[in-house]
Amino acid sequence: MLGEEWTMMRVPAQAERLHALRGLVREQAIIHGFTPDVVDELVLAVNEACMNVIQHGYRGTAGVLELGVRADVGGIEFRIRDQAPVVSLEDWRPRDLDDLRPGGLGVHFIRQIMDEISYLPPPEGQGNWLSMKKYLPTQENVT
Amino acid sequence: MSGRVKLEGNYAIVCLEGEIDLHSSPVSRKLILGCLQEGKPTLVDLSSVAYIDSSGVASLVEGFQLARQRQLDFGLVGVSPAALNVLKLARLDKVFPIYASVQERMAKSADD
Repeated sequence: MLGEEWTMMRVPAQAERLHALRGLVREQAIIHGFTPDVVDELVLAVNEACMNVIQHGYRGTAGVLELGVRADVGGIEFRIRDQAPVVSLEDWRPRDLDDLRPGGLGVHFIRQIMDEISYLPPPEGQGNWLSMKKYLPTQENVT
Repeated sequence: MSGRVKLEGNYAIVCLEGEIDLHSSPVSRKLILGCLQEGKPTLVDLSSVAYIDSSGVASLVEGFQLARQRQLDFGLVGVSPAALNVLKLARLDKVFPIYASVQERMAKSADD
């Protein structure tokens, strides 16, 4: 499905698999030169997106989650594929941070951390294919 | 993640260690809410937390809210840099009372 430049992990969509998915994100973000603070943020954002698939996509039913990671000189891209009912970015409802309640923070984290978020047409026309990109700082904006 | 509760004076100290995520946050939630349901003022020690996600933060928010309802003291102590960064992203670092250590909170109680 994805080319050789992608590092892939395919797991059952279960909470106990999040640890392994975070490990892949951390490893790839470090390899590609992100600073430790940004590495931590990328781990959090991808974790939250995978959590959304487990909790709100499959809603506790069995399913598969695929995480792909690809980096180039400009930054890093994560793609998360599932076979859950179709969602769109309009379905992502971050909560008002002044409204103190336990849920709804994940979407806020993802939007705050990532530079680009989009849903791609899934290759087999089913499920969802989320793309999230983070740019590496360019020489001009490094202070 | 591992978690345990110790008692210091009338306070329950919930010590959480490791990674608090969707898989382990039900344990942290149970420990925190359990102490408050027993009527104990509660401090959550996050000094050994290497990672926390929104589900872990949600268990802290639930604790904070239950403590407020029951008029019990609630706070976080020794928050690790990793946990503090996530609380800052959620803008909760100004909402939760945060202390450097249990001793610091106890000293404040003595001043009250």
